[in-house]
Amino acid sequence: MALTYLDHAASTPMRPEATEAMLPWLTGPEGHGNPSGSHALARRARRAVDDARDQVAEAVGCRPGEVVFTSGGTEADNLAVAGTVARRPGVAVCSAIEHHAVLHPVERAGGRVVRVDARGIVDLDALAGALDPSVTIVSVMAANNETGVVQPVAAVADAVRSRAPQAVVHTDAVQAAAWLDLAQHAAPAHLVSLSAHKLGGPKGVGALIVRDSSPVAPAPLLLGGGQERDRRSGTSNVAGIVGFGAALAAGTAARAGTASRVGVLRDRLVDGLLAAVPGAIEAGVTDVAPDRAHKVAGACHVCFPGVDAEELLFLLDQDGVCASAASSCASGAAEPSHVLAAMGVPREVAAGSLRLSLGWCSTGADVDRALEVVPAAVARLRPVPAGGS
Amino acid sequence: MRVLVAMSGGVDSSVAAALLLDEGHDVVGVTLKLWGGESDSGCCSVSDVDDARRVADRLGVEHHVFNFEIDFSARVVEPYVADHLAGRTPNPCIECNRHLKFDRLLERARVLGFDAVATGHHARVVRRADGTRRVARGADRAKDQSYVLHMLDQAALARCRFPIGDRTKDAVRDEAQRRGLRTAAKPDSQDLCFIRSTEGRRRFVERRAALTPGRLVDLDGHVVGGVPAVELVTVGQRRGLGAGGDGTRRFAIAVDVPQATVLVGAEADMTVPVQPLEGVTWAAGRPPSGPVQVQCSAHGAPRPGWVEVDAPAPAGAARALVRWRQPERRVAPGQAVVVYEGDEVAGGGVASAAPPPPAPSGASPA
Repeated sequence: MALTYLDHAASTPMRPEATEAMLPWLTGPEGHGNPSGSHALARRARRAVDDARDQVAEAVGCRPGEVVFTSGGTEADNLAVAGTVARRPGVAVCSAIEHHAVLHPVERAGGRVVRVDARGIVDLDALAGALDPSVTIVSVMAANNETGVVQPVAAVADAVRSRAPQAVVHTDAVQAAAWLDLAQHAAPAHLVSLSAHKLGGPKGVGALIVRDSSPVAPAPLLLGGGQERDRRSGTSNVAGIVGFGAALAAGTAARAGTASRVGVLRDRLVDGLLAAVPGAIEAGVTDVAPDRAHKVAGACHVCFPGVDAEELLFLLDQDGVCASAASSCASGAAEPSHVLAAMGVPREVAAGSLRLSLGWCSTGADVDRALEVVPAAVARLRPVPAGGS
Repeated sequence: MRVLVAMSGGVDSSVAAALLLDEGHDVVGVTLKLWGGESDSGCCSVSDVDDARRVADRLGVEHHVFNFEIDFSARVVEPYVADHLAGRTPNPCIECNRHLKFDRLLERARVLGFDAVATGHHARVVRRADGTRRVARGADRAKDQSYVLHMLDQAALARCRFPIGDRTKDAVRDEAQRRGLRTAAKPDSQDLCFIRSTEGRRRFVERRAALTPGRLVDLDGHVVGGVPAVELVTVGQRRGLGAGGDGTRRFAIAVDVPQATVLVGAEADMTVPVQPLEGVTWAAGRPPSGPVQVQCSAHGAPRPGWVEVDAPAPAGAARALVRWRQPERRVAPGQAVVVYEGDEVAGGGVASAAPPPPAPSGASPA
């Protein structure tokens, strides 16, 4: 059975440019140099890493020296929060809908968590209330991983400037990078987290942008050989970094076209589901935000009240449709969504949440298949009303 | 047939899945995620999920994880604490079977299009001449788990499979070894999956509710000692209760949490002619009329008796009496009491408090 992949927010297929760029560093006869060395092969590897660093800097709108390669988005988020607090002890603040890679380090540091509104956008008044000069870092994601809702990073940075001017502004741009112009959207943040496999690169590599303008540079979490200018030790993942740079460059060049093409597909998918399934609710779409302008183009998040998401995902899987409920967790079991809870979505509605996320290579056929399979599966799972019609 | 196999990550359910495959069934494995808190044993730790998944991989069957944490908490853990607070001695493994492994999983399996649910329990399902089914003891008497499956009704039994029930544990391990399954030598799970051995029952309950120091009161109404937490005393317990005036060990006869008292007596006071039950279910829809064997703990010896029912009780509130052939020990309220006819489970229920022994004449109870 052909699989229909609608879980791009979990991981999106490799862009061919990325795979091609990586191969010499995986299989090539001279691709095994350690970039920290001094001989010819080491220098060759070093140059590949630095070329990728330039590509990332270009896409993000920062200087190459501000790019710190990491093992992925989670490490970048941890480095931002825990590293900053380690360098300058103080209060960490984040929104309630952050990825756990931000939320858990903030909670461990005894920080403050700021509520969001029904659209899933951080409440700027509540944020202002949480800010004072004791705050060291404020982290608000660029776009949410479950709902795709874009956050007002510039307004967050303004609030921090006026109320906690010594604090670092961090944005987790892992989900935004495939859809938004980071050079503009993430510009107000001192620290920016990225993950390669969310934008067509390989798993296991990402970056934290640490702008020179940041009031504090995070203390390293990994100590050792002093790679990445002493900000992150560990032998560089050369092939991964090369694939990351190539994917980001290719994705950035194609971004505007991809976003508008996929946005049309996404709208057809959401509208089709809402029309086909009575009672379906689109997360983050409310009376005050009746359209999807505040969501990234690939995000389709719909709740089917009365349906158990775990059962729905099982049936979709049997029909070859790859989707997810809340963000996936290590054990494979669906977890209740902290994002929907923070948005005030009732638990019985959130229990039937389905995230179908589109990506750079999604097609109309994917949407057709989802519109065929999802309403049928929901109908099968909904209890028949007692006594018939 | 399309069969959903509950794979705990142990050797029994691993082999159960393999045997169903051999029979040509369409097999899907599932591990239930039941407890979100800390745990170091039992059936739902992350390493057990890993074992189940790797066995499924080896067998070439799909493996899924179902998250039943909310139900487990509401149907097993909270009642476990509440039972203790009521002075009862709960059996959470039975409630887990009743509500999670069967009710919930059977329903989910039906919704998802499975014909049956299989587990690695050491028990069998037998078909009677009249077409009805019964749970029967597993071939390995020492590992028999029919006791914890006594609540399965006809609808459940029609959709349950226990593929290893006709094998001994050693044979199951040999089979796993022969097939190269990584769980072949894994130790049996012990204890409650939601209570860490380093924490224990007392700390677990204590973190969720205030415990009451209590008085030990003898049958004459005299206070003869105390216990730190009356909620954690089990009927039949001897430890920590001291000795009577004649030097014999004391037994807990009854626990009264509101009064913060534990009634204590001698061994003779522990025996009763009848044991009342509540929440009874019968495989045939009615209790057996002839002599039966009655088992009051997971691996306890069955004792002879009869079942008596005063009047047909509404479902759910069903009560019954076990009349022993000769007086037997009181069963701690909250423990399962399972009625067998030969090797077959006729039904069972949960022990309620047997009447206290009469106070010695002339004494005025406290």
